[in-house]
Amino acid sequence: MTGRLARLGLAVVAALVIIAPLYWMVVVAFSSRRELLGGDLRVWPRSFTLENLERVFSSFPVVTWFGNSLAISLVVAVLSVSTSLLAGYAFAHLRFPGSNVLFFVALGTLVLPIQVIMVSLFRIVTGLGLYGTYWAVILPTAASAFGLFLARQFLLGIPRELIEAARIDGASHLRIFRSIVLPLAKPLIAVLFFMSLLQSWNDFAWPLIALRDNALYTLPIGLLYLQGQFGSDYGATMAFALVNVIPMVVVFLAFQRYFVAGLTRSGIK
Amino acid sequence: MPEPTAAPALAATRPAPAARPRRPRAETVAAYGLLAPNFGLLAVFVLVPLAGALLVSLQRTNGFGDGEFIGLGNYTRLVQDPVFWQALATTAGFTVVVTALSMALGLGLAVLMNSVLPARGLFRSVLILPMAVSGVATALIGVLVFDQNNGILDKLITAVGLPSVNWQSEPVPAFATIVLVTIWWRTGFNMLIYLAGLQGIGPDLHEAARLDGANAWQRFRHVTLPLLGPSSFFLVVLNVIYSFQVFDIVFVLTGGGPRNATNVLVTYAYDTGFVTRDQGYAAALGMVLLLLAAVFAVVQWRASRTRDLVE
Repeated sequence: MTGRLARLGLAVVAALVIIAPLYWMVVVAFSSRRELLGGDLRVWPRSFTLENLERVFSSFPVVTWFGNSLAISLVVAVLSVSTSLLAGYAFAHLRFPGSNVLFFVALGTLVLPIQVIMVSLFRIVTGLGLYGTYWAVILPTAASAFGLFLARQFLLGIPRELIEAARIDGASHLRIFRSIVLPLAKPLIAVLFFMSLLQSWNDFAWPLIALRDNALYTLPIGLLYLQGQFGSDYGATMAFALVNVIPMVVVFLAFQRYFVAGLTRSGIK
Repeated sequence: MPEPTAAPALAATRPAPAARPRRPRAETVAAYGLLAPNFGLLAVFVLVPLAGALLVSLQRTNGFGDGEFIGLGNYTRLVQDPVFWQALATTAGFTVVVTALSMALGLGLAVLMNSVLPARGLFRSVLILPMAVSGVATALIGVLVFDQNNGILDKLITAVGLPSVNWQSEPVPAFATIVLVTIWWRTGFNMLIYLAGLQGIGPDLHEAARLDGANAWQRFRHVTLPLLGPSSFFLVVLNVIYSFQVFDIVFVLTGGGPRNATNVLVTYAYDTGFVTRDQGYAAALGMVLLLLAAVFAVVQWRASRTRDLVE
């Protein structure tokens, strides 16, 4: 009985440590400037106000940035799901020369920080005429090593006999992919889609380099820009941080089981 | 007549020997076709830039124009650069501390979440929530919480009678802030992987150990922990990779300061490449990062192979 209470106590403390900073972000976002400058510690703003949000929306193209984030992360998610599925199927069920080497190369990119290649990647993106467009961010982040790995692991679970049988019936690999693999891979598609959507929505290091034009900023880059302009105006910064954070928190909570399934599957061999 | 050896016997099981050479070739073509989109992107946006980075690292550059070839000049400069050595040490320290602490916390929380607990699902959802928050937002919340003049943490600390801490202007507290914020951000992920590992352990072994008189700690130490080996291995790999690449948190929260105390290799490389625009030198820094990543990958690869042999 005391053991159970102690466990509950520990769980509550852990949950509070996680929630408190997020809660504080919300409180600051809806507190008036005067109250924040007054500097008293409060659990809830005395004067609940939308002035921070209004100031942010009137000073910055927040709606445009939101649209940029949405467009970029949706396209990245679609591309990354498609490329991961196709390649994952090949690695899981086809025999071809070089498969081990190629798989190793793809996985190797997982340990490669973007900062290793940023200088020459920037030159290539500029050389291809992509700089100044969404594609400067989309194309370099669309092939996901983690997604490929996950897809291969999942697709190995499809019985080889099923695919062999279809081959004997004369079906092409593309046909098998379309009518056998895709219908069975729906849970995988959901996992890959939400994971790359989340990752792309929150991505920072490469967009910081690839997006120099204010009108093309995504929310994380806009957030940094706003902080640079507004400095210690915490009300405005936190109000805008909410615009960045809330959509993915909602998506995450709603589709949690997909994220959880995807991550735990990656951990189990 | 000598009997055919094993190889022809195997071949004879194929229905149509004449079609044999054609089918594998068709399979190879299909495979490369399926790989083309993924590897096309990889080649253009990762592999070619990687080769380019190696070339740029051998040049003295001026802005974004063509550089002048100087051999290993950037690398000899690197060896004599105290900021580089400091960043290397900070990266290593950060990686070790964050990996150890967030894995230990993740394991503890996973054990807690695997026990009998009211509202377990709710607690689990809360603990993994930071995974949905962007690095920039996380770091800005960190700025808010750790503000040394007006931050909520400092008020809490002074309210209970402790001396206030200069979170931004002193090296050790500044390092502590990036560690703490990263742990807040990452521990939920570690918990989730450990929880999956724990749920794969059947109750029988614990029951047997209990009958043999093992207490709770002994059961954890000698039954649970060894069985979580694969999860631990996977987590060490991922945590080292991610900590070693930490960028968002450091860049936004401390900017590498004060006096380079939190400057890690990736932030130093970024500043060199895109702020001071010393591209050749930045590329050389990148090559060091690549070397470290490769060494780690090889070590981990060998470790996983010996693992497979043992298990």
